[in-house]
Amino acid sequence: MSNLLSLSSVAKKIWMSLMGLFLFTFLLVHLSLNLTMITSPDSGLFNEAAHFMGTNPFIQVFQWVLFAGFIVHIILGLILQVQNWMARPNAYKKKASSEQSFFSKYMIHTAVVIFVFLIIHFLNFFLVAKGLIGEIGEVTIDGVTMEDMAGLVFDLFANPAYVVFYIIALLFLGFHLDHGIQSAFQSLGLNHPKYTPCIKNAGRLLAIVITLGYVLIPLVIYFTK
Amino acid sequence: MDLKLKIWRQSGPDAKGEFKEYPIQDISKDSSFLEMMDVLNEQLVSKGEEPVAFDHDCREGICGMCSLFINGRPHGPDDAITTCQLHMRKFHDGETVTIEPWRAKPFPIIKDLMVDRSAFDEIIQAGGFVSVSTGGVPDANAIPIKKVNADLAMDAAACIGCGACVAACKNASAMLFVSAKVSQFALLPQGRVEAKERVEKMVAKMDDIGFGNCTNTYACEAECPKEISVANIARMNREFFAAKVS
Ligand code: HEM
Ligand code: SF4
Ligand code: FES
Repeated sequence: MSNLLSLSSVAKKIWMSLMGLFLFTFLLVHLSLNLTMITSPDSGLFNEAAHFMGTNPFIQVFQWVLFAGFIVHIILGLILQVQNWMARPNAYKKKASSEQSFFSKYMIHTAVVIFVFLIIHFLNFFLVAKGLIGEIGEVTIDGVTMEDMAGLVFDLFANPAYVVFYIIALLFLGFHLDHGIQSAFQSLGLNHPKYTPCIKNAGRLLAIVITLGYVLIPLVIYFTK
Repeated sequence: MDLKLKIWRQSGPDAKGEFKEYPIQDISKDSSFLEMMDVLNEQLVSKGEEPVAFDHDCREGICGMCSLFINGRPHGPDDAITTCQLHMRKFHDGETVTIEPWRAKPFPIIKDLMVDRSAFDEIIQAGGFVSVSTGGVPDANAIPIKKVNADLAMDAAACIGCGACVAACKNASAMLFVSAKVSQFALLPQGRVEAKERVEKMVAKMDDIGFGNCTNTYACEAECPKEISVANIARMNREFFAAKVS
């Protein structure tokens, strides 16, 4: 912790951007697996994938790496934000919007929504799947008995309140990523007269695709299952 | 034209400041913003009131002394311009013009609209120079320099140290200024010699003084009177990374 506190401003940004991009690649993998829930007929593929992720030793180790990635990103983000507030103790009475990246103004706000979402998401699925809280059914696929993860998800998204909450939270994730993806490249020093405009567009496109992809899941489940 | 000025008045560094309103009449559209301020101050002096303190020097857009946060923007409602180069035709008759000082912890207010920007000097003293042994004047083109690099270094060197980047940034970050100073040397062979220590020392000083962390809002680039590019910030981050790992 004190090591993180003593990092220079630039070092903090480099770590934040690396962890942010790492979390972003996780989001892609997570999304592609989750989509099997609504693409494969009886969600058997999803259950098998979830079973694989829940038992494979490499994934079990990697889970902790991912967890550490979140922690580093969050702690550095909080330190950075508090320092930034301290750097201007007296606010302007009148301030125009000079920012060229709209959601850059709201990174801490979108982050707080994502953080609350993460906790609820853990309580909904991860901790249940680990058998720590709640109950989860079982299914047998090709002679292997495993947790019915898909059933758990379907039960949750039968509740419209959860559907709405997930969609709102995912939109905020999209806002975070809209600024975040291109920002991470800039923080890493990857700025180029020709490629930077492409990175900005691709970042926005990816933020939209990821958000839409995730939003689709509770919607499709609510209306079709 | 007639205007309603809302100006931040603060009698000293520790005094509690407040906005005061000053109506002003018959200002020429063709006068500069600072000339308008001069007219106001003459009126205040003739009424026996304390004139408004504000910074200025060259009044030709090259020294970086003039400041002022006008209607929410550093250097007011025009792009790529200093306040001394801002003209009253950018305002309309009857407009309320709000004028505040730069606000950032490292830029304490001295009086009214005047702030102490010596934090920038401290950063320069930490490494914004090249050490040269004295001797004969070297030949102009003794060291070949690529045209692209010479141009980029010249662009970075255009920074006049005005502090608008800090003033505009929601984080009061000085990254655009520091990266311009780091870049102007990093791009040239004369500056490469001390490049590593320079970037480390200047970043450390910047953090130490209490400027905020850059979050890539790019507000600095939008408000810089010399159009310094945020590409310089990326270059500084690369330089910093290279210095730390080598
Ligand atoms: C899956 C989740 C997340 C992803 C993919 C993600 C990704 C990113 C990326 C790529 C950046 C830009 C970094 C840079 O410019 O160097 C960023 C910035 C930021 N993140 Fe996250 N983030 C996530 C969750 C969170 C959470 C949970 C928090 C805190 C509670 C958080 C706090 C922040 C803050 C405060 C910033 C702004 C810092 C800055 O712009 O420099 N993030 N995030
Ligand atoms: S980078 Fe631009 S805004 Fe910042 S001090 Fe230099 S000239 Fe002023
Ligand atoms: S007074 Fe010198 S730049 Fe404005």
